[in-house]
Amino acid sequence: MPQISLTVNGKPVSATVEARTLLVELLRDKLHLTGTHVGCDTSQCGACTVQVDGMSVKSCTMLAVQAEGASVLTIEGLVNADGSLHPMQAMFREHHALQCGYCTPGMVMSAIDLVETHPEGLSEEQIRHGLEGNLCRCTGYHNIVKAIAAAWPLMHNKALPVAAE
Amino acid sequence: MYDFTYAKPASLADAAKALGGDVEAKALAGGMTFIPVLKQRLNKPSTVIDLGALGLSGIKVEGNKLIIGAMTTHGTVAASTEVNKAIPALADLASNIGDRQVRYRGTIGGSLANNDPSACYPSAVLALGATIKTNERTISADDYFQGMFTTALNPGEIITEVHFSIPEKAAYAKFANPASRYAMVGVFVAKTTAGVRVAITGAGQNGVFRHAAFEAALAKSFTPDALNGIATPVDEMNADIHGSAAYRAHLVGVMAKRAVAAAQ
Amino acid sequence: MVVDGIGASVKRKEDLRFLSGRGNYVDDMNRPGQTFAHFLRSDVPHGKINKVDISAALKMPGVVAIFTGDDFTGVGGIPCGWQIHSKDGSPMVEPRHPVLAAGKVRHVGDPIAMVVAETKQQAKDAAEAIVLDIETLPAVAGMTAALAAGAPLVHDEAAGNVCFDWHIGDKAAVEAGFAKAHKVVRLDLVNNRLVPNAMEPRAAIGDYDVSSGEYTLYTTSQNPHVIRLLMGAFVLSIPEHKLRVVAPDVGGGFGSKIFHYAEEAALTWAAGKVKRPIKWTADRTEAFITDAHGRDHISTAELALDSEGNFLALKVNTQANMGAYLSTFAPSVPTYLSATLLAGVYKTPAIYAEVKAVFTNTVPVDAYRGAGRPEATFLVERIVDVAAREMNMDKVEIRKKNFIPKEAFPYQTPIALQYDSGDYMATFDGCLKAADYAGFEARRKASAAKGKLRGIGISTYVEACGIAPSAVAGALGARAGLYEVANIRVHPTGSVTVFTGAHSHGQGHETTFAQLVSEQLGVPHDMIDIVHGDTGKVPFGMGTYGSRSLSVGGSAMVKAMDKIIDKGKKIAAHLMEADVHDIEFKDGKFSVVGTDKAKTFGEIALTAYVPHNYPIEELEPGLEETAFYDPKNFTYPGGCHIAEVEIDPDTGTVGMVSFTAVDDIGRVINPMIVEGQVQGGIAQGIGQALLEHAIYDESGQLLSGSMMDYTMPRADDIPNISVGTEVTLCTHNPLGSKGVGEVGAIGSPPAVINAVVDALRDYGVRHVDMPATPAKIWALIDAYQPKMAAE
Ligand SMILES: Cc1cc2nc3c(=O)[nH]c(=O)nc-3n(C[C@H](O)[C@H](O)[C@H](O)COP(=O)(O)OP(=O)(O)OC[C@H]3O[C@@H](n4cnc5c(N)ncnc54)[C@H](O)[C@@H]3O)c2cc1C
Ligand code: FES
Ligand code: FES
Repeated sequence: MPQISLTVNGKPVSATVEARTLLVELLRDKLHLTGTHVGCDTSQCGACTVQVDGMSVKSCTMLAVQAEGASVLTIEGLVNADGSLHPMQAMFREHHALQCGYCTPGMVMSAIDLVETHPEGLSEEQIRHGLEGNLCRCTGYHNIVKAIAAAWPLMHNKALPVAAE
Repeated sequence: MYDFTYAKPASLADAAKALGGDVEAKALAGGMTFIPVLKQRLNKPSTVIDLGALGLSGIKVEGNKLIIGAMTTHGTVAASTEVNKAIPALADLASNIGDRQVRYRGTIGGSLANNDPSACYPSAVLALGATIKTNERTISADDYFQGMFTTALNPGEIITEVHFSIPEKAAYAKFANPASRYAMVGVFVAKTTAGVRVAITGAGQNGVFRHAAFEAALAKSFTPDALNGIATPVDEMNADIHGSAAYRAHLVGVMAKRAVAAAQ
Repeated sequence: MVVDGIGASVKRKEDLRFLSGRGNYVDDMNRPGQTFAHFLRSDVPHGKINKVDISAALKMPGVVAIFTGDDFTGVGGIPCGWQIHSKDGSPMVEPRHPVLAAGKVRHVGDPIAMVVAETKQQAKDAAEAIVLDIETLPAVAGMTAALAAGAPLVHDEAAGNVCFDWHIGDKAAVEAGFAKAHKVVRLDLVNNRLVPNAMEPRAAIGDYDVSSGEYTLYTTSQNPHVIRLLMGAFVLSIPEHKLRVVAPDVGGGFGSKIFHYAEEAALTWAAGKVKRPIKWTADRTEAFITDAHGRDHISTAELALDSEGNFLALKVNTQANMGAYLSTFAPSVPTYLSATLLAGVYKTPAIYAEVKAVFTNTVPVDAYRGAGRPEATFLVERIVDVAAREMNMDKVEIRKKNFIPKEAFPYQTPIALQYDSGDYMATFDGCLKAADYAGFEARRKASAAKGKLRGIGISTYVEACGIAPSAVAGALGARAGLYEVANIRVHPTGSVTVFTGAHSHGQGHETTFAQLVSEQLGVPHDMIDIVHGDTGKVPFGMGTYGSRSLSVGGSAMVKAMDKIIDKGKKIAAHLMEADVHDIEFKDGKFSVVGTDKAKTFGEIALTAYVPHNYPIEELEPGLEETAFYDPKNFTYPGGCHIAEVEIDPDTGTVGMVSFTAVDDIGRVINPMIVEGQVQGGIAQGIGQALLEHAIYDESGQLLSGSMMDYTMPRADDIPNISVGTEVTLCTHNPLGSKGVGEVGAIGSPPAVINAVVDALRDYGVRHVDMPATPAKIWALIDAYQPKMAAE
């Protein structure tokens, strides 16, 4: 069985996995990082979204062996050492952007990527479009969109340019 | 998923050898199509050959050619300054494939090798008259697409690059399937010195196809109105729970006009 | 008032664990020695099982055991919790629903065998080695086909595939109304079949403790006690004291996790056989063919009006798809949860409804967010719009003319329900204003200038929730009580644990309930814990559905806290040497009226547990109380929803431009959570109206069997949703709260479709069935154009 080494939430990890093991299975079953969820089997819901080398990916659609040498960040790794929340997590709470919490980890990871890759600003339309890969059945998205817009200034240290396109 | 052996060869020759020597071996690019298929146990490869270490990713412009490596992701194409300058329509197309997570991993080579009848890239490749370079040969777009999920690739053949001639004008208009967001109808129009080509994806029963009547009309006048009154044969269209053949035929016209307008 | 008590938008307690990946959902749990189950399911809609050969599969690596229908002949079938009687008095046909298919398979997804193995993949591998000999039988997928003469039978005992043929209302009075009508408006409607698709797929672990003989089922349920009751008493004959059901964090339910499912029984039972825990997690594809679907009604409605536009009588005939077996609450949905709501917010004097429930070779259909009320509301609000148009009346005026006026409450409808309170004019006017209804024409013109068709749609609704007065429900066929239970445990240091029978799977009970407690007992939030979802901890309960958690579960808490305060007063009176009648409890302090003598809540709690100076003769030590609250009536939230859409006539695409809701849900405990509930419900309603549809082909295969084909609402399908409230209090529960969980999904679909029809007013479109997909809209536009050309 393949042997892999990678970094998960800043810590080096080695594991022996079957070649068919998905990244999400490695995270949940072997590393007990159960914050990353599985909501579908057709790569559409985004509940499994984590960051691999800074890019948001669906960990249900990537083999664990493909993460060899990579740096993986999951929802568990977002909380600061002092227990304080990442601004995106904080804004999700502030704006009631979660209900059952099942889509939340993937939604947060995806949203962070969206904000990070749009230093020029984000319109509501861009946020909504940018969430194409993440489904939420509970919130109706309204508050998720608000939370992301509110996290942008905190993550970029400046006011969100209005209606950037 | 059935288990398999995983290999990540470091050279194209090794990858070709691994794929050529074993009919059950399969190539893995971004995995955005292949892994879901494996999860459903619809495919049982002996070995999965990861193409990730072959240096097949990259974008360059040489003369009037835009060259995109097979392992270049949709996200990279969408963001590339070269692509946005040379063929903005292609960057635009890539930016609307799937979602951002899919675009980080899905590749142009994987999309073309798979040739899903509702995939976006095939329309661009066909309309731009691109050529597909493999480890064995060069294939013209007109020869490459052979119906849904069917291509001219030999078993084990690896796409390495796609060569696009830079057009005068081009645009892609996509009407997304409401559920999957793949193209229910996608129209790529391209105007080059050699003429106008229009390729339609998503709509046809037989995968991506060129629309001769639209091409002829647009060759005369490259305007949306030139397409007025030109029908698309309904009996060649796909029908499913998302839309009838008549609806798709209609959308082909609407999207073609929008593409032409956007290409102005 | 307490800062974070009733009325404050307190941030949610549960968020911290959900946001940092520390939630505890069933699939996150693993038990020592755990095995994994995989269910081999039917891929044919209807078939006779000749043989299930497991011999080769048993030899596969890692296999622990394989069970088939034959193994379950000694256990009960999956029960139905509601019995309906037909017009002729006969009880509904209630065929046995075996845990694993016995003799026949009746829908794609029907479980045939359960493989238990050391790993998930081994269980799947072995399932592939099972050899099935199934003789395909002709199937019926739709109700029309099922009711046709000579149709194949889903169950031999259900002649004509009819489960029951029920009616309600005064037929003679309705006929009289029609006889004197100035106009009769008729409308055929389909309420589209939906797949609930909570984001967390169902999962369960069956566990058996060999030393105590106790079974534990961990399951994704909205009501663990109900599962314990149904599974223990009816299926497996395990007495309650030997069966614990735990529903930890649950990732959304929307009704689909109310029901007792076969997998739960199979896993629990088998755990006792293999003496090891067995875990199963559905994948999404499996969810599509096993989770109970929602809606699926076909109706004909006729409304009689006088020349002034007053409603005289309403007559409705509905066919309701039950699927292949009766799911837990299925029979109640089209009947007592739907037909009884046909009065809507109107004073229609006579109503008669007939409902025929039909078996088909499809997944069972049961309650989905709103359960029956969305179907009734869609029907009423559509026919009112059609009536307005055909009477040449304004859709605002016709509603106002027929509203039950606020002076008329309590209002007895002609079909069973008595609405306790409401002010439909207030929510209507509030919503018209919030949606800038008056400015619509200008917006329509602006859209037209861009080549777009803009429409506005109104829905004014009432629903019945806070389920339910037990005696009433029992008389109507419920096989259980529908009260709720709260146990309040005050600890010696004054912190509080609340055990509630309600279950949170997104509703934020840990916060809202803590607000209630904080308000009433004056205890700060961080000193209050809400415990739910474990029959081993919570005394009893009926769970969360039918928007009942606050109005019923919260009322139980209020009652239990009243008892705590009463006892506290006695202790305080003793300590302060005063008469108990002179003790007042306010802001967390027991004080003697008219003096400055006072004891804190914490001091009283400590005294109760350290009863040195204590009225030990009259009063037991300790401070813990339980209350069962049985509601006196349903609660009746109501309100108005207004949708605005813009249609692209070239493609038929319907864009949601805006959505405005003003709801009366009674007293609001946490406005932030209330808004979230309404927004989420509306997104599901928009999903039903524009996107979602579970489609079977004629043979019984589910064509929209994955998210590749079943359109789930995404962020860019949903507009910003403006939510407002107007309050009339519920008159019969101590909180005055009505319920908010379902109003969004109930009020919104007709608002959207009314807007779509309004947008298409120039195309001769009278009605559009849901979902209003681009293909459907374009076909309507396309069909009209030739006529215009001919004119
Ligand atoms: C949620 C979702 C939405 C999507 N939406 C769209 C969309 O809107 N439009 C669209 O066009 N696509 C869409 N896709 C598909 C996506 O673009 C895929 O990335 C693409 O189809 C396959 O590329 P891949 O790199 O992931 O290939 P893989 O999945 O790794 O491989 C696909 C197939 O191609 C073969 N292959 C891969 N690379 C090569 C090569 N270089 N030479 C020879 N054979 C090769 C593999 O063996 C395999 O058979 C979507 C996918 C998902 C999951
Ligand atoms: S679980 Fe990965 S996309 Fe749904
Ligand atoms: S919060 Fe429940 S799915 Fe998003």
